[in-house]
Amino acid sequence: MSVLTYGYAVWSPIVWLVVLLVLAAIVLYVRSRGQKRYKKGTAQTDIFISGIQVPPAEQRHVPAHNIYWGFFEALKGFYNTMMRPHTGIINDYILWLVAVMVVTVLVLVMVI
Amino acid sequence: MEYLTVHSPILIVAVPLLAAFITPLISRIGNKFRDTVNVSLLSFVTFLIVILTIDIYANGTRVYTLGASVPELALPENYMVPVRIMFQVDGISIFMGLTTTVVALAALVYSLQFVKNETGQDRFYSLFMLLYVGMIGLEFTGDMFNLFVFLEILSIAGAGLASYRVNMADAVEGGFKYIIISAVSALFVLFAIGILYSEYNLLSIAALAHSMQFTTLDLIALALLAIAFVMKLAGVPLHMWAPDTYAVAPAGITPMIYTSSAASMYALYRVTFTLYGGHFDTTAIGWVVIILGVLSMFIGVMMAIHQTDIKRLMAYHAISQSGYMLLGVGVGLAVLTDPVALANYGRDAMNGGIFHIINNALYKGMLFLTAEAIFFRIGTRDLNKMGGLGHNMKWTTIFFIIGALAISGIPPFNGFASKLLIYESVFRFNPLLSIIAMFVSLVTLASFTKVFYSAFTGPEMPAFKEVREVPRSMLIGMGIMVACIIFFSIFPGLVVDTIVAPATDALIDQASYINGVMGAVP
Amino acid sequence: MMQYIPYNIPFIAVALLMGVALFIILFKRNLIKIIMGIAILGAGVNLFLVTLGYRAGGVAPIYTVAPEGVMVLPVPQALTLTNIVITVSVIALMLTMVMFTYRHMGDIDAKKSRLLRG
Repeated sequence: MSVLTYGYAVWSPIVWLVVLLVLAAIVLYVRSRGQKRYKKGTAQTDIFISGIQVPPAEQRHVPAHNIYWGFFEALKGFYNTMMRPHTGIINDYILWLVAVMVVTVLVLVMVI
Repeated sequence: MEYLTVHSPILIVAVPLLAAFITPLISRIGNKFRDTVNVSLLSFVTFLIVILTIDIYANGTRVYTLGASVPELALPENYMVPVRIMFQVDGISIFMGLTTTVVALAALVYSLQFVKNETGQDRFYSLFMLLYVGMIGLEFTGDMFNLFVFLEILSIAGAGLASYRVNMADAVEGGFKYIIISAVSALFVLFAIGILYSEYNLLSIAALAHSMQFTTLDLIALALLAIAFVMKLAGVPLHMWAPDTYAVAPAGITPMIYTSSAASMYALYRVTFTLYGGHFDTTAIGWVVIILGVLSMFIGVMMAIHQTDIKRLMAYHAISQSGYMLLGVGVGLAVLTDPVALANYGRDAMNGGIFHIINNALYKGMLFLTAEAIFFRIGTRDLNKMGGLGHNMKWTTIFFIIGALAISGIPPFNGFASKLLIYESVFRFNPLLSIIAMFVSLVTLASFTKVFYSAFTGPEMPAFKEVREVPRSMLIGMGIMVACIIFFSIFPGLVVDTIVAPATDALIDQASYINGVMGAVP
Repeated sequence: MMQYIPYNIPFIAVALLMGVALFIILFKRNLIKIIMGIAILGAGVNLFLVTLGYRAGGVAPIYTVAPEGVMVLPVPQALTLTNIVITVSVIALMLTMVMFTYRHMGDIDAKKSRLLRG
C-alpha cells in the first residue's frame, strides 16, 4: 500500500522511516552517554567566544541578504540580466504574453 | 444516496454559489453564525466530492446535462450534437476537484481567525466561495464557453481577494496586475473559442474533439488557448505577475489563487490532450510545454533564492514547482502518439506530474500559510528583519520544516515520491532535462534553508519577545494540510494507484471522454 | 475576389479593433488607458462573435409570429451578451483598483505607481 511501484524501481517510505528511527535511536543513545553535571542558569551555559564580549542578539544573527553572499557575487552577471525583464510594469507583462503567443503560433504552423 | 450521486456535479457547483450569495444576508444574524454556515456548507461539498469520487472510480465518466429529462442524457432527441450546457466529470476533473476542495477547506478554517479584526468580512467570504466555484466549475465543465465563464469568475473573485487589504498600496497593485493579465488572457481564450465555433458550430469539448480537422485555424486557436492558460498558471516567461499577486494576497487566499493556477493548468491539459489529442502529432506542442516547464523550474528557483521578501520567495518557488508539472506532463504529451515510449516512461512521467499537482497544492499552500502566520504576528514580510521566531512560534516552525523538506524533495516526504517519478521517467526521455530538475531541487533546498535560518533560528530578538503562537483556527488550517502531507508521504503507492493513475488514464484516453457524450464512435 | 470583400468587412474591423487595443495595452503607460484598451479588446471579440452568428437569410429564433424561413441558432448572441456583462464587471473592478492606486501613490502611470518589482 505504501510502496510506490513503477516501471523500473520501487520506493517505500516505510523502509526509509525504519532507517531513520534506528539512526534516531543511536543518536539518542550517544547523547544519553554525555556529560550531565553542568548547572543551568550559571556561567557554564553562557556563550563563550574566546573571551571576546558577546554582542547583543541583533548583531549575533546573520540577516537574510548576507546569506549566500558569495553565490550572488559570483552570479552577478546572471542576476543583472535576470532583473532587467522583471520590471514590474504591467505593459511588459502583456508584451511577453503577446510575444510568446506569436512565437507559439509560428512554431505550430511551421512545424505541422 | 443514489439521488445525491446523480446530482452531485451540479450540487458541488450550486451549494458554494448559494453560500456566496447568502453570506451577506446571514451575517446580519451574527459573524459566528455566518462562519458556522460557511464551514458546514463547504464540509457538505467535501462530502459530495468524496461521493462523486467513489462513483467515478467505480463507474467512469459522469455526464450531467442541465435541462435534460435525465441528467445523463447528453444528446437531445433528434439531435446529432449536444446543445445543452453540461458538466462532464472524469478522472482528472475529480482529481483536481479533490485538490481544490482540500485546499479550500484548510484555507477557510485558517481565514476564520485571520480576518476576524478586518472590515468587510462578508465580502471576503462571498468572494472566497465565488473563487471556489470558479475553480470547481472550470474543472467540471464540459463545454468551452463555460470554461471561459468560470475562468472569468475565478479571475474576478481572485483579484478582489488579492487586493482585499486595500489600505496597503502594494495589495491594490498586486490585485490590479492580476485582473489585467486575467482579463487579457481570458479575452484571448474567448477569441480562440470563437475561432473553433466558426469552424464547427460546436462548443462541447467532446463534440469538438470528435470533429476536429486540425486546420491552420485550429492550430492558431490551440496556440492562443495554450499560451493564455500558461499565462494564468504563471509559467516563465509569463510569470512576472505571480510574485506580485501572491505576495500581497491575504493568507488563505494565496493558496487559493495558487490552486486556481493549478486549475488553469488542468485547462491546459484538457485542451492539449482531449481537444487536440487523437490523430494529431502532439510532439511540437509537447516540446513547447516542456521548454516552458524547464524555463519555469530554472528561472523560478534562481529568482527565488535571490528574494528577501518571504512571500515573494515562496511565490517564485510556486512558479518553479509548476515547472515540474509542466515537464512531467509535457513528456507524456510529446510521446502521446508513440505507444511504446508512452508505456515505457510517458505514463510514469505523467503520473509524476499529476501527483506533483496535489502534493504541491498541499505543501506550497501550507508554506504560504506559515509565511502569513509570521506576517500576522510580526507585521512584516522582510526576511532581513526576522530572527529567532522559532523560540515562540513552535508549531509554525514544525509545520514550516515539514513543508520545506517536502518541497525540496527530501525523503520520506511526498514531494520526493512525485519528483522521483519525474526524474526517472524524464531521464529515459532526455537525461539533460532530468539533471536540470535535480539541480532545481537542490537550489530549492538551499533557499528554504535560507528562510529557515533567517526567520526561525538564531537568538531570541528583543523586538520579538512578546510574539505568541498564532490562534487555534489558523493552526487547525495548517494542521489539515500537514495531516494530508503526512498521509500522502506514508502511502504514495495507494495515492498513485487510486487517484493519480485514473487521472492519467483520463487524459490519455481521449476516446472515452468523447464517448461519454457522443455515444460510441463509429 | 472582389465580391467577398463586403462579407469580410466585419472581420477586418475585428482585426483593426484588436490591433488598436493591443497597441494601447502594450504602449500606453496610463492605467486608465490600459483599461480602455481592454474594453476595446472586449468589443473586438464581441464583434467577432456576433459576426460569426450572422447567416444570410436567417430568421431570429423567436417562436411567436415567426416569419417563414430558417431560424438561426442563437448561441453566438448568447455568448456575446455574457461577454458584455463579464467585461463590464471586470472593467468596474479595474477602475476601482485604479482609484485606490491613485489614492495611495498619487499617480496612475504604470511606471511611477509601482512598488513591486524584481
